[in-house]
Amino acid sequence: MPDKPKIAMYWAASCGGCEISLANLHANILAVDAAFQLVFCPCLVDGKKRDVEALKDGELLITFFNGAIRTDENQEMAHLLRKKSKILIAYGSCAYEGCIPGLSNFHSKQDHFKAIYLDNPSIENPQKIVPQTETKVPEGTLTIPAFHDRVRTLAQTVDVDYFLPGCPPESFKVWEVIDSVIQGKALPPKGTIIGAGKCTVCDECEKKKEDKKIKRLYRTHEIVPDREKCLLEQGILCMGPATRDGCKAQCPNNADMPCTGCYGPPSGVRDQGAKMIAALGTALDLGDVSTLSEEQVAARVEEVIKAIPDYAGMLYKYSLPGSILGGKR
Amino acid sequence: MFEPKIVCFYCKWCTYSGADLAGTSRMKYLPNGVVIKTMCSSRIDPQHVLDAFAKGADGVLIGGCHYGDCHYVTGNHQTYRRVEMLKKMLPSFGIDPARFRLEWISAAEAGKLVHVINEFTEQIRALGSGIPIAR
Ligand code: FES
Repeated sequence: MPDKPKIAMYWAASCGGCEISLANLHANILAVDAAFQLVFCPCLVDGKKRDVEALKDGELLITFFNGAIRTDENQEMAHLLRKKSKILIAYGSCAYEGCIPGLSNFHSKQDHFKAIYLDNPSIENPQKIVPQTETKVPEGTLTIPAFHDRVRTLAQTVDVDYFLPGCPPESFKVWEVIDSVIQGKALPPKGTIIGAGKCTVCDECEKKKEDKKIKRLYRTHEIVPDREKCLLEQGILCMGPATRDGCKAQCPNNADMPCTGCYGPPSGVRDQGAKMIAALGTALDLGDVSTLSEEQVAARVEEVIKAIPDYAGMLYKYSLPGSILGGKR
Repeated sequence: MFEPKIVCFYCKWCTYSGADLAGTSRMKYLPNGVVIKTMCSSRIDPQHVLDAFAKGADGVLIGGCHYGDCHYVTGNHQTYRRVEMLKKMLPSFGIDPARFRLEWISAAEAGKLVHVINEFTEQIRALGSGIPIAR
């Protein structure tokens, strides 16, 4: 058999959902197999790190790298796969912008170790042992990768060619990308966000939209939404206006659930959370305030905005490490 | 003594003109503010505020028109809501919301501008340079 181009997929700090999104190509996975040789993907095929090390530099045509950079091991694999790949794609929200593992940046490493290994009510640890990178045992020294102070994105660690957003990326979009490579189409410029749109989720959302005049904010469990109408207009905090399209707005369209922002900021926006605050500032409607004093306006605003208990966690659910501030300073 | 860096976003129609008046009236005040003129306080994207902090500002001040005076009618109301939401969010990032201030200062209120800058500078001086640049 002639040599097929080699590809790899690797998981760093991630949940495995990205691998599922590849497996979710269904029958098209056979087309992937016909066109490429999947040489390394610990979740799906048997291949070892030493096999990757044995490859020539740039021998992998594409590596789909999912997961954020949390530990030394994640970092080491990112450097190794960068070296061995012609095209390195940050696949999924974790590699692209940090995602759920990245929420950890609201706390320090010390906070985490304290909460997980010392204060956790279900743990008994009288000797107060926390993970060490090296432990001496009679048989020798055991090592585990170091836990970094902060979660970083792939592009904050190594040079990245393309970004493919989503938590996980929608399989039909993944297929579009892979198919265009199989067809031999020209590659987009380096740094392009692929497998996604340029506009916002609202653009793909089929719900009826009118002027946004939000009287009060609801959390999802507090209200049964009108299926026809824009969820944000009903006061449900939908991240659609601050989120990139490409997913076909499946959460609002198919499940009447608000967008939580997994495709990251739309083109031209650096910080998804800040942009959502900008949008909310416009969309809130406090009625006629012209006769109210400054204090009365303040009280009315507070009444509406206090409905959200954790702005930072809500607005940066997927994008914290890649955001302007990146986490707790 | 610690000299804080304060990024000041002033709306062109009110606060910026107030600052002009303070200047032409030769009023003396602390020099810690770096002024950026915008067409309206609502032109200030929350991204600008976060960017200022991320790049090392010790404080951010937004100056706009009083209610009823905004050149674009409702701009300052939008600004107020954004500022309040940002203030609720900043502690999660380890930034004391006291480093972020919004004031309505009209074109005639040069005295208020001088007072606000002096007071805010002293407050931030007391807080210290509290925002280490991460990463
Ligand atoms: S024009 Fe001054 S706040 Fe809008």
